[in-house]
Amino acid sequence: MTIPVGMTMTMLPAAAADRAVELLPGVHWVGALDPGLRTFDIILKTANGTSYNSYVVRGSAGVAVIDTVKENFSDTFFRRLESVADYGEIRAIVLNHLEPDHSGALPELLRRAPQAQLYISSRGQPMLKGLLHGDRLAYVPTQTGSSVDLGDRTLRFLQTPFLHWPDTQCTYLEEECALFSGDVFGCHFCDPRLFNDAVGDFRFSFEYYYAHIMRPFRAHVLEALDLIEPLPVKLIAPAHGPILRDAPKRYVARYRELSASGLKNEAADEKTLLVFYLSAYGSTRAMAEALAAGAEDAAGVRVSLYDIEGGEVAPFVDLIEEADGLAFGSPTINGDAVKPVWDLLSSLTAVNVRGKLGAAFGSYGWSGEAVPMVEDRLRGLKLRVPVKGVRARLIPTVEELGACRALGRELALHLTGRQESTVIDMAALA
Amino acid sequence: MPKAKVTFQDVGVTVTVPAGTRLIEVSEKVGAGITYGCREGECCTCLTKVVSGAEHLAAPSVLEEQVLKDNMAPRLHRLACQAQVLGGEIVVKPA
Repeated sequence: MTIPVGMTMTMLPAAAADRAVELLPGVHWVGALDPGLRTFDIILKTANGTSYNSYVVRGSAGVAVIDTVKENFSDTFFRRLESVADYGEIRAIVLNHLEPDHSGALPELLRRAPQAQLYISSRGQPMLKGLLHGDRLAYVPTQTGSSVDLGDRTLRFLQTPFLHWPDTQCTYLEEECALFSGDVFGCHFCDPRLFNDAVGDFRFSFEYYYAHIMRPFRAHVLEALDLIEPLPVKLIAPAHGPILRDAPKRYVARYRELSASGLKNEAADEKTLLVFYLSAYGSTRAMAEALAAGAEDAAGVRVSLYDIEGGEVAPFVDLIEEADGLAFGSPTINGDAVKPVWDLLSSLTAVNVRGKLGAAFGSYGWSGEAVPMVEDRLRGLKLRVPVKGVRARLIPTVEELGACRALGRELALHLTGRQESTVIDMAALA
Repeated sequence: MPKAKVTFQDVGVTVTVPAGTRLIEVSEKVGAGITYGCREGECCTCLTKVVSGAEHLAAPSVLEEQVLKDNMAPRLHRLACQAQVLGGEIVVKPA
């Protein structure tokens, strides 16, 4: 027996009992609620917890289970699953994403339903091996367009890699126009009323989840939307948070909006170079100004200069996401770059900076570690750092300011593809 | 020791290297746009297009072959952390 759809808060919430909740005829939610969770994956706050959504789809030729739950919620998951299906009926287990909060109950499910075939993305094998040490665990690798036949129902796969792991995919129930979207369109919002037209206000959670989980992979979001937008969709069933049955396409459209550039770029096709600095006595500022002037002289690049002390991290991150080149100036204090520079650099994992041009510069008293440390961090963030940074002892000399101008010019030439071709011996790189 | 020439097309730098050098040993030092993740041939972050001279790179190992296949890499693409230069002239750029 299942709890009917449409209960309100004054009635028994849909997911309050350990039973499956019907979404569509023969399609049930069998997930778990985790209302006490306050931090997810270390980086995300969860003000009212989260849910681990799992679904069962019944066809005339068998049953499919889509995603499981975090391991310590397995008992609830199995009780709900048992309320709508026998283990012997399970023909397919689909994991849209192998992260432990969705694969935690998989080993036990496979033990209880050994005949079931496991379907994961072709990129999921390393994750399967790393998480479950399942070297010999049989699975069917999925592709966009490949499918599972459940008799009168078909599950078709869409590869949506890097949303937010390499293995992530969506599964589309064709006959019902229902999209099981994995983490895409999900959020950490726990509410036993389950459906987006019944739960509390979760708009902030939806946007917050996108900003932290999907934004670093914006280009991949756009590729996924190109696959999803043409589909007729009557219901989106994500792996976390409310099930989107009311105006589901609105959430698809919101992803399109969020994945567009947040800031209008007046520079249009012109390359952009952002120069960030901090300065105690004006030395690193003078270096920043010289670098910016050198880049301006080279023409073809729009240069912007920012004192980190006068700004906040979030808007700087928005600017950096859109920029082509980044230069960071930091004095060396106690053998390190200064904290506001690290605060900014440590915030860049929220956006994609891979392949941007990077450089560092700064004044120092006696050892000057900041510049190479920042260069290493930029390489770690997958920026390219083709031009060696400039350091100046205490107050920069005319020559050192000239080196900063030359650095700016070199960066501009690299940004515009006008750098000179050079031939060097590897020994010279040591 | 036999020498080879590797050109990193995106930064316009050609480096003369001894045979046996892996691309990873050079690309970061010249600031090429090839970026690295695990550096051990597993993550595919350093996928690199071989513009010319692919025959001058050592054949991919079984591990590299598998990673390229898992990530649906087009032909003439290699992992810069694995690809080893044998000789001749090679031109590469970020995938």
